[in-house]
Amino acid sequence: MSTSTQPSTPVGKTARWVDDRYTTSNALRRNLGKVFPDHWSFMLGEVALYSFVILLLSGTYLTLFFKPSMVDVIYNGTYVPLKGVKMTEAYASSLDISFDVRGGLLMRQIHHWAALFFVGAMTIHMFRVFFTGAFRKPREVNWVIGTVLVLLGIVEGFAGYSLPDDLLSGTGLRITQGIASAIPIVGTYVSFGLFGGEFPGTDFLPRLYAIHILLIPGIILALVTAHLLMVWYQKHTQWPGPGRTENNVVGYRFFPVYMAKAGGFFFIVFGVTTLISAFVTINPVWMFGPYTPDQVSAGSQPDWYMGFLDGAVRVMPNLELVFWHHTLSLNLIVPAVVLPGIMTLLLGAYPWIEQFVTGDKREHHLLDRPRNTPTRTALGVTAITFYLMLWVSGANDIIATTFESSINAITISLRILLFVVPPIAFTITKRICLSLQRRDNDKLLHGHETGRLLRLPHGEFVEIHAPLTQKEQAEILGKVDMPVLALETVDANGVAAPWALVNNLRNRLSSWFYAINVAKPSPAELEAAAGHFSHVSAVELEATHRHREFEALGGVLHQPSEDESVNH
Amino acid sequence: MSDTTHGDTGHGHGHEVEPITYTQSDERGRILLGLDEHRSRRTDTSQRAAKRAERQIAGMFTFAAICFVAAIAAYLLVPKHDIVWVPVLGNVSASNLSLGGLIGLGTLLIGVGAIQWARALMPDEEVIQERHELRGSDEAREDTIEQFRRGAQESGFMSRPIIRRSLLGAMALFPLPIAFLLGDLGTAPDDKLRHTAWGNKPRTRILNQGSGQMVRPEDLAVGGLINAIPVGLTELEEQEGSQNARAKAAIILVRMNPDEIKSTQGPNWDYEGIVAYSKICTHVGCPISLYQQRTHSLLCPCHQSTFDLSDSGRAVFGPAARHMPQLQLDVDSEGYLVAVGDFAEPVGPSFWERG
Repeated sequence: MSTSTQPSTPVGKTARWVDDRYTTSNALRRNLGKVFPDHWSFMLGEVALYSFVILLLSGTYLTLFFKPSMVDVIYNGTYVPLKGVKMTEAYASSLDISFDVRGGLLMRQIHHWAALFFVGAMTIHMFRVFFTGAFRKPREVNWVIGTVLVLLGIVEGFAGYSLPDDLLSGTGLRITQGIASAIPIVGTYVSFGLFGGEFPGTDFLPRLYAIHILLIPGIILALVTAHLLMVWYQKHTQWPGPGRTENNVVGYRFFPVYMAKAGGFFFIVFGVTTLISAFVTINPVWMFGPYTPDQVSAGSQPDWYMGFLDGAVRVMPNLELVFWHHTLSLNLIVPAVVLPGIMTLLLGAYPWIEQFVTGDKREHHLLDRPRNTPTRTALGVTAITFYLMLWVSGANDIIATTFESSINAITISLRILLFVVPPIAFTITKRICLSLQRRDNDKLLHGHETGRLLRLPHGEFVEIHAPLTQKEQAEILGKVDMPVLALETVDANGVAAPWALVNNLRNRLSSWFYAINVAKPSPAELEAAAGHFSHVSAVELEATHRHREFEALGGVLHQPSEDESVNH
Repeated sequence: MSDTTHGDTGHGHGHEVEPITYTQSDERGRILLGLDEHRSRRTDTSQRAAKRAERQIAGMFTFAAICFVAAIAAYLLVPKHDIVWVPVLGNVSASNLSLGGLIGLGTLLIGVGAIQWARALMPDEEVIQERHELRGSDEAREDTIEQFRRGAQESGFMSRPIIRRSLLGAMALFPLPIAFLLGDLGTAPDDKLRHTAWGNKPRTRILNQGSGQMVRPEDLAVGGLINAIPVGLTELEEQEGSQNARAKAAIILVRMNPDEIKSTQGPNWDYEGIVAYSKICTHVGCPISLYQQRTHSLLCPCHQSTFDLSDSGRAVFGPAARHMPQLQLDVDSEGYLVAVGDFAEPVGPSFWERG
């Protein structure tokens, strides 16, 4: 093998050493200059990724000091209020990390805050992907991976805050045990299996620890890797804009721009998380005391991402069936098992659901602006509203005590609102989307209002409208007006086709999805509008000119000439 | 490479703008507009501005380095138990504040510096890169299928059904022994959920958890409430090494005017207006702790299930479906309150075999 140039620097020599063995130049040559599109919303996924990295780093630190043991010890550390109190080693070591390890509290708080941000960023990232249609072909599988990641993130977070074995976390585990017991047929065995016997036992925390630090993070890491590789291979979606097409990527190169931006952004996420952890206390386990199954504090609230589940359990009516010496706790399995199951399935299957409705099997690399797909956007808002209503339900006691009102009245209202508010949200969202589309068209054809008034020579006042910039126009014009499906329901002989029922359903759903929409202006209308703008600027120029003339003449009034009015 | 960088005019403003044409469109009906022209940044046109940005960025990195050195100093010098009062934050750990503040500020500065570097000094002209087709070529597809057919043929997987079926059968059974290995994760439930420490011996005395004393009827005034456990529970816990017994045996004692008791779960299960109920919620097992004297209702803080203690512990509101199990009370010869026997039904959350 011959090399054209002999490397002289240590970096060059190392690169040659590696390339001699692994042909790295092949992959790097293609990837260093890879172009990524730019948009602020693309950083949401980055926040999730970097929070995960922070979790791995801070979590590893915590494992050096945390003792996942339910063996009882008498606390003898420096936190005076709990001195001499019997507690598990897990809780005692959590106190030690908080008070006797320098930087331990900081790491604990970084870990907890990063967990909250991780799930939050994943959720909002998912909103972005949903509302812009980035989940469409060819990215359906990555959407499913994302759904699983959100789910795993929630489970992982719950496992994490259950580990310190303080009163709050133990209460969460008690609820978990109650829900596990409610699973039909195998529930009791699931519960006894998890806890090594009766609740709380002494086996559960060490097991949960292995799940929390090894099993789930391992799976998350593998899925995150797959998620990123797919993004890399399929290339990122991009917003419609000048020069953007379905067949290209317009943006900046990975090296150096994105390496600096993304690398820098990691440090920003790390820095902000650390600063928040320095200033804002999170999960002060020392205040809750050790877990004991016969105590609880009022106003117990889980971390935010468990709120919807807690809320669902709270507002569920008390249905329990007893038959043939068996008990079926619908009051638990419906809100805590069936509901999240259905929510996850609908979420994961959404790309295929939409494909079924729209019949759209084309590749999509240009994003939809949320307003341009009003039904999808409205569906998303409906789902989020339903989720938020559950979330609010999880705070029914806080609402009752804050507003000094009846917990019963609030709970009953929430049971009703849970089903009333989301459809209202659907309708409102859809109307807003359509209105925004009309406004877009309006801006294309009539331009921005500039706030500048022009008095024409004959006395008429008109407002100057400025045309949109090329970028603004390109973003709006990237909209695709989708046709409604018209699948065959009868064959050539007028007999119902084999798939008539399904096709009929798809036609109707597609009509519901696409029929009500606002068509964007035609090229002819746009050309006409452009001509109109040049006319307006001519009038404006003329007026400015006359104004100068007017001044030059020392203020002598210039007679208005023939009609130059501007029609709007 | 097929990449193209859009030509930079160098000076982005102050000249005639080309009129936009709307003639280009894609097959989906989008109207496509060309790349708009690049507008130079100040750092592109002014050497001084570029130099200033360079100093600014280097300054941030230098300050970050100082923060990290200061953080090491804080680790070594700030006593770990010192508490300082800071406006807004209140009393906080000096070590946490200084370490977190300095490390956080340092990393934040690295990040802001790097992004500023990218924004001000690295290229900001948009580059166009073509997407590659994701679908494999027809030729590649056909070749792959051919390769697969060949392998399948050569292996004899389809032509030798005995091998295929026996292998599939063995593979199907493979996970089963692994699943069985999980059998010893827990003990069998047996009837463990049906008994509590109250049944260990008859007429167990009751320990007030607040005072640590055995309860006498006169300890409880009308309207009063005591959290209690069976006498000997702590010793039992020591012996078992777990809190399992406590998770089932915790009770709540309240006294009301005997006339106010509408019903009990057995005949005369109260003692002169004192009733004893399990403290473990029949919903998911939270210890119930909020008692409203006026209505005799007990509210679970976890999911707000409400029980009426004057009416057999009936579930009156919230997600719980079953009443709270009651203990029959009596007084022994020495005048201590006792539980006559165990609960008549399992305490705590429902389970499939409960019936």
